[in-house]
Amino acid sequence: MTATSRRAILRTLGISVCMFAVAAAAPAVSQGRTSVKIGYAISKTGPNAGGAGITTLPNYELWVKEVNEAGGLELPDGSRLPIEVVEYDDRSSAEEVVRAIERLATQDEVDFILPPWGTGFNLAVAPLFDRFGYPQLAVSSVTDKAPEFVQRWKRSFWMLGGGSDYTDALAGLLKKTNDEGKINNKVAMISVADGFGIDLVTAARPSFSEAELEVVYDVTYPAGTTDFTSMINEAAGSGADTFVAFSYPPETFAITQQAQVAKFNPKVLYLGVGTGFPNYGADLGPNAEGMMSLGGIDPNNQANTAYRKRHEEVTGRAPDFWGSVVTFASLQMLQEAVKRRGLDREAVSDELSNGTFETVLGEVKLEDNQLRKLWFGGQWQNGNFVAVAPVDREGVSQAIMPKASWQ
Amino acid sequence: MLVTTIINGLVLGGTYALVAMGLTIQYGIARIMNLAYGETIIAAAFLAFVLNGGLGIAPLASLLIAAPAGFALSYVIYGLMLRPLVRRSGGGAGLEVNSILATFGLLFVIQGIMLVLFGGDYISYSYMNFGVDVLGASVAANRLLALVLAVILGGGLYLLLTRTLWGTALRAVAVAPQSAPLVGIDANRAARFAFALGGALATCGGVVISMYQTFTASSGVIFTMKALIVVILGGVGNLAGALSAGLLLGLVETLVATYVSPGLTLAAVYHIFLGVLLWRPSGLFGKARR
Repeated sequence: MTATSRRAILRTLGISVCMFAVAAAAPAVSQGRTSVKIGYAISKTGPNAGGAGITTLPNYELWVKEVNEAGGLELPDGSRLPIEVVEYDDRSSAEEVVRAIERLATQDEVDFILPPWGTGFNLAVAPLFDRFGYPQLAVSSVTDKAPEFVQRWKRSFWMLGGGSDYTDALAGLLKKTNDEGKINNKVAMISVADGFGIDLVTAARPSFSEAELEVVYDVTYPAGTTDFTSMINEAAGSGADTFVAFSYPPETFAITQQAQVAKFNPKVLYLGVGTGFPNYGADLGPNAEGMMSLGGIDPNNQANTAYRKRHEEVTGRAPDFWGSVVTFASLQMLQEAVKRRGLDREAVSDELSNGTFETVLGEVKLEDNQLRKLWFGGQWQNGNFVAVAPVDREGVSQAIMPKASWQ
Repeated sequence: MLVTTIINGLVLGGTYALVAMGLTIQYGIARIMNLAYGETIIAAAFLAFVLNGGLGIAPLASLLIAAPAGFALSYVIYGLMLRPLVRRSGGGAGLEVNSILATFGLLFVIQGIMLVLFGGDYISYSYMNFGVDVLGASVAANRLLALVLAVILGGGLYLLLTRTLWGTALRAVAVAPQSAPLVGIDANRAARFAFALGGALATCGGVVISMYQTFTASSGVIFTMKALIVVILGGVGNLAGALSAGLLLGLVETLVATYVSPGLTLAAVYHIFLGVLLWRPSGLFGKARR
C-alpha cells in the first residue's frame, strides 16, 4: 500500500466518521418526545432466521402496525405517541445480538427493547437487559431455570415454560393411554445435540421414568443432520409404540418425510419445533392427523381466532401454533403496562410482574414473573393444531391415540 | 440389516457426491475456489420450488430449465468477475486468494437477493416422497434419484474428460494452465467453460436436493462446506474421486449412526477426512502436484 492511498483512505474514513456523527446528532436535537422508541435485534439472516421469521418478527411488525394505526401507544394521561422502531439484524450470532442490545440501550437510547428469538439468545442478553434496566419479556425461550433467572434478573419475564413442563405433560398423556391399554410403555427417543434438544431430553428422562415409561432407544444427533433412516430403522426395531424426537424444524420435516418412506407407523409420533408451523399441516394434508408436538391452541378461543386472522391479513401468513400467540400477548401486556404506568421502565416492570392483563390468550397474570397458564402439548386434528395437554385445563381437546397409519 | 444400512449409506452418499461434482470441476479445472457455490445450489432449489408451486412444473422437468440457467449465469459471472482476476494473477498463486475473496463477496450478494425475494423462512415441499424397494430396503425415491443422477453425471463427465479430445484439453488446462496455450488450447475459454459446467452441475444438485431437504436462503454455506470436504477427499478436479468420496462419506455416516451412535457421525466424517489427508495429501484420486 502506498502512502497516498493510505492518506486517501484516512481522509475517507475521517469524512465518514464526521458524517456518522452528524447523522447521529440530528435526532438528538429534535427530541421533544414525539414518539416512543422501541428497539429490537432479531435474526433476519443466518440459521435462526427461519424460526425468528415465523414466531417473533411478524408479531413485532403486526403489533407496531396496529398500535400506530390506532394513533400510537397510549400513556397514562390519555395522550398517544407513535412507535418508532429501531431494528437490527443479529445475523444469528450471539456476539452480534449482545452488541446490538448494548447499542440499542446506550446509543439509540430506546424506551423499550423487545427480546431476540431463541433460548440461548435470550439468556445471552439477559444480563444486559438487567444492567440497563429494561424489562425483558422473553417469549421464545424454554427453560427450567426460569425461577432462578427471575431471582438473578428481577426484570426478566419467562413466558414459554420449561422443558419439564412439556415432558411431564407428554409423559402424563402416554401413561394414561398406556393404562387404557392402547399403547405399550416403551418409548424410542432421539434429540438434537443443541440447546433445545438437550434441555428437553434432560427433562424427558426423569419425566418418563416417573411415569413408569421405559425408554428403549435414546440417542442424540448433531444439528444439521439430514438423514434419519438409520435412527428410524432402529426405533422401528425397538418395539416401542411411541417415537419422540426433540428436533429443530429442518429435522422435523426430514423425519416426517422419512418416516413415511420407511412406512414407520408408531402409535404415537411426537416431534419437535416445526410441527406447529402452519405449513406443516398444509403440506402434509391428511397425513398430519395425529402428529403431536409442543404447544397447541384452543380452537374455540375467540380472541385467538381473531388474532390468527389478523396476523394472516397483515403479514400475509399464518402464525405458528405455539409461541406466536404468546409473543403477541406479551406485546399487549407491554402496551397495557405503558398505558397504566407510563414510560418509566421500573414502573412498567413492576406492572408486568403484578398486573393482570387482558390479551389474546385471555386474562393473563404472571406468577413469579413467569407465564404458567400455557398449553404444553398439541396434536393435529382436522387441520388444526389443537391443545391436548394439560388435560385438566378448560378448552383442552381429547388426544387421539393411537395415530392413524400413513396414507 | 447390514445390506439395508449399506444401501441407505450409498443413497445418502449420492447426495454428497452430487453436491460436490460441480465444485470439483470449478476448483480443479477453472482454479476458482468458489465460496458462493452453495448459494448457487440454494438458488436452484428456490427456482425448483417456485416453478413447482407457482407454475406447476414438476421439479424433475425444471432440471431442464435450471441446468442451462446455471450454466449461463456461471458463464457470465466468470466473464465479468473472475476473468479480470485470472488475467491479473497471470496464473500465479494469487488467483486462489483473490478468487476466494471475490466469491466470498458474491456469496453475500446472492444470499442477500434470495433473502429479499423469499425471506428467511424454511422452505420444503414434497415430491417423489415414496419408498422404492431396493434389495429389501425401503429407499426414498427422491434420494435414489439423487444417487442415480450423481452416478450418471459423474460417470458420464468422467468418461468425457478422460476419453475425448475436448476432455483432454480441459485436463491440460487443469494441470498446466501456462503451457496449455503452447499446444493450441485456448486456456481462458476452457476455464470459463469448466466454471460454467460446474455451475450447471450445482443447479442440478440444488433442484434434486430441494425435493427432500428443507432449506433457507442462508443454508448455502452448509453445502459449500460439505462439498469442499468431498472435493478435497476425492482429489481436486477428479469427478470419479468426488463420486467415490461422496459415497464413502455417506456409508461412513450411516454405518456409524447405526452401529455406534448418531451423535458421532460428524466426528467420524472428520476422522476419515484427517486420515485420508495424512495418508494421501492430494486426496483419494488426486495426483501429487508437481
